[in-house]
Amino acid sequence: MTELIANLSLGFVVALSATNLMYCFFGVVLGTLIGVLPGIGPVATIAMLLPVTFNLPPVSALIMLAGIYYGAQYGGSTTAILVNLPGESSSAVTTLDGYQMAKQGRAGPALGIAAIGSFIAGTVSTMVIAVAAPPLAEVALKFGPAEYFSLMVLGLVAAVVLAHGSLLKAISMVVLGLLLGLVGTDVNSGVARFSFGVPELSDGIGFVIVAMGMFGFAEIITNLEQGEETRELLTQKVTNLLPTWQDMKDCSGAITRGTILGSALGILPGGGALLASFSAYALEKKVSWNSANFGKGAIQGVAAPEAANNAGAQTSFIPLLTLGIPSNPVMALMIGAMMIQGIAPGPQVMTERPQLFWGMIASMWVGNLMLVVLNLPMIGLWIKLLTVPYRLLYPAILLFCCIGVYSINNSGYDVILTCVFGVLGYFCTKLECEPAPLILGFILGPMMEENLRRAMLLSRGDPSTFVTKPISAVLLAVAVLLLIVVVSPALRKKREEAFVED
Amino acid sequence: MMSKVKNAKDFWAGLMFIVFGTAFIVVSQNYAMGSAVRMGPAYFPTLLAGMQIALGVVVFVRSFLSKVENGTVAKLHLKPLMIILGSVVLFAVLLKPAGLVIAISALIIVSTFGGDDFRLKEVLISTAILVIGSVAVFYYGLGLPFNLWPELGN
Repeated sequence: MTELIANLSLGFVVALSATNLMYCFFGVVLGTLIGVLPGIGPVATIAMLLPVTFNLPPVSALIMLAGIYYGAQYGGSTTAILVNLPGESSSAVTTLDGYQMAKQGRAGPALGIAAIGSFIAGTVSTMVIAVAAPPLAEVALKFGPAEYFSLMVLGLVAAVVLAHGSLLKAISMVVLGLLLGLVGTDVNSGVARFSFGVPELSDGIGFVIVAMGMFGFAEIITNLEQGEETRELLTQKVTNLLPTWQDMKDCSGAITRGTILGSALGILPGGGALLASFSAYALEKKVSWNSANFGKGAIQGVAAPEAANNAGAQTSFIPLLTLGIPSNPVMALMIGAMMIQGIAPGPQVMTERPQLFWGMIASMWVGNLMLVVLNLPMIGLWIKLLTVPYRLLYPAILLFCCIGVYSINNSGYDVILTCVFGVLGYFCTKLECEPAPLILGFILGPMMEENLRRAMLLSRGDPSTFVTKPISAVLLAVAVLLLIVVVSPALRKKREEAFVED
Repeated sequence: MMSKVKNAKDFWAGLMFIVFGTAFIVVSQNYAMGSAVRMGPAYFPTLLAGMQIALGVVVFVRSFLSKVENGTVAKLHLKPLMIILGSVVLFAVLLKPAGLVIAISALIIVSTFGGDDFRLKEVLISTAILVIGSVAVFYYGLGLPFNLWPELGN
C-alpha cells in the first residue's frame, strides 16, 4: 500500500509538472477537436497527430498521445449525442439514447453525464491500473518466448472473436496483417524480405502508413461516396450542461456497473473501449429499472456506455504497459510511438523507467479531469465545428494525414505507400473485411516470429513446448476455448444480435 | 459458374486472400527455409501464407454455398478514390521540389473535386487558410524540415 502511494506520488510529480500539464492539455484539446469531426476515429486521430510529438521528451510525448486518445473518445461522444453520428465506433451506442435526449432538449445533461461518468470511470480505472500493473509485470518478467507466443495467439484470437462480421474473414485479415508485418529485413538472417529491391521497403512498412491508409484514407473515400450526409444538428445552443441531482442519483448504478464492466473488458486482449461500451449498454438495458425507456432517451443509456468506454480505454493500457502487447489498434499505435521514442515496450518499462510509467498513469487521471473541466466551457466551440460541412473538412483531414505520414521519415515514398493501403482498405471495406484485425496482426507479426523462433530453438525444434509449459498451455487453451465458444451455434446467434445495434 | 455465386463479397474476399497467400509463398521461395530449430527467413512467412491460402479457399468455397442471396458488393465509386489518392500522390511528388505552399495548394484544390459540389470561392478561401495555418504550425511552430518554396538553382 505504501508502495502504491509512493509510486502514485512519483507519477503525480511527473504528471503535474508545468510542461507535462501543458502537453496533456494540448493532447486533450487536439484530441477532442479532431474526435468531434464525424468519420474520424481515435486511430486516425492519433496517427495524424503523432508527428507533433516527435520532438518531445518520451514522457511528455506519451502523456500527450494518451490525452489525444481520451479527447478523441470524448469528442466522438459529443458528435454521437448532438448529431446522431458516432465520431467513432465505441460511441455508436451512445447515439441510441444520447440523440433521443438531445431531441427532447436535454442535450446538455446528456453531454454532462457523459463527461461525469467518464471522469468517475477514469478515476477508478486509473486506480485499477496502478494496483494491477506491478504484479502483472512481475508475472510477465517470468514469461519466456513460448509464453509470449501463446499470449499473442490468444490476443489475436480474442481480437478476432470480438470483431464484427465473419469470423473466417477476420482470421484471414489477421494472417494477412502478420504477413505484411514481416515485410522488411529479417533480424536473424539480414535478408530483406518481400521488399522487391525497394530500399524503403527493406526497413519494413511503417505502422502509421498502414493505419493511416486503412483507417484515414479509406474512411474519407467511403464518406465521400455516400455524398454530403444530412447532419441534423439539433441545438445551436446547449444550456444546462450540469445534470440535475436526480439525474445523478438515477445514473449512479449505471455508472458503477459501466465502470466495473469496462475496466474488466479493457484488460482483455482485443477488448477496449468498443466492446466495453456495447456490453455496458446491453447489461444496463437488462438490469436498469428504467429499461423500458432505453432507446427513448434514458439517461442511463448514455451514462453506462460512456463510463464503460472510458474505463475500457484506460485499462487497455495494462497489457501494453506490462506485457508490451497491444490489445487494440490504438494501443498498437502507442507501441509504435514508444518505439519511435526509443523505448522497448514490455515489463521492464516499469522498473527501468518508473517516471515514465507512473507519470503516464497519473496523467491519465489528470487528463480525465481536464476533459470534464474543459468540455463544460468549450462545448459551444465543438458545436460550431460540427456545423462545418464535410466538403470543407476532408481536404484538411487529408492534409494533416499527409503531413503526418511524410514527417515520420521525411519521405514522399511513405505517402504514396499510404495510398496503396488506402486502396486496400477501401476494397476491404467493400468486401466486409474489417481492417482492425489486420492492424493488430501487422504489429504482432515480427514479435510472433521472433518468439516462435526462440521458443523452437530452446525446445530443439519440438513444438510440444507450447503445450507442456503450463502458462503457455493455459493461454492456448483459453484461445481454443474462445474459438469453440464463438463457433457454437447458440452463441453465434447472440454475437450477431449484439452487433446488430451498431 | 458465376451464377452460382451466392455471396459475391465472400467470393472476392476469398480470391483476394488466395492471391495474397500465393504471392507471399512464391516470393518466399527466394529465401532460405531453414529448419524448425533454426528457422530461416522463409519459414514463418511460408507457414502463414499457407494458412492464408487455406482460409481464402474456405471463404471462396463458402461463397457458393451461402444461403444469403444478398451478398452483392456495393457499387465501387472510382471517382472519389482516384481523385483523393491522386491528390495525395501529387502532394508527395511535389513537396520536395516545389515546397510546402504549392504542394498543399495542389492537395487541397485537387482533392476538392472528389466531392459532389465544387465551389470555387470556398475552395480558394479554405486553401489559403490551410496553407497559412500549416506553414505556421508545421514550419514555424514545430520546425519540421520542409521547404516553403521551390528550390531555386538545382
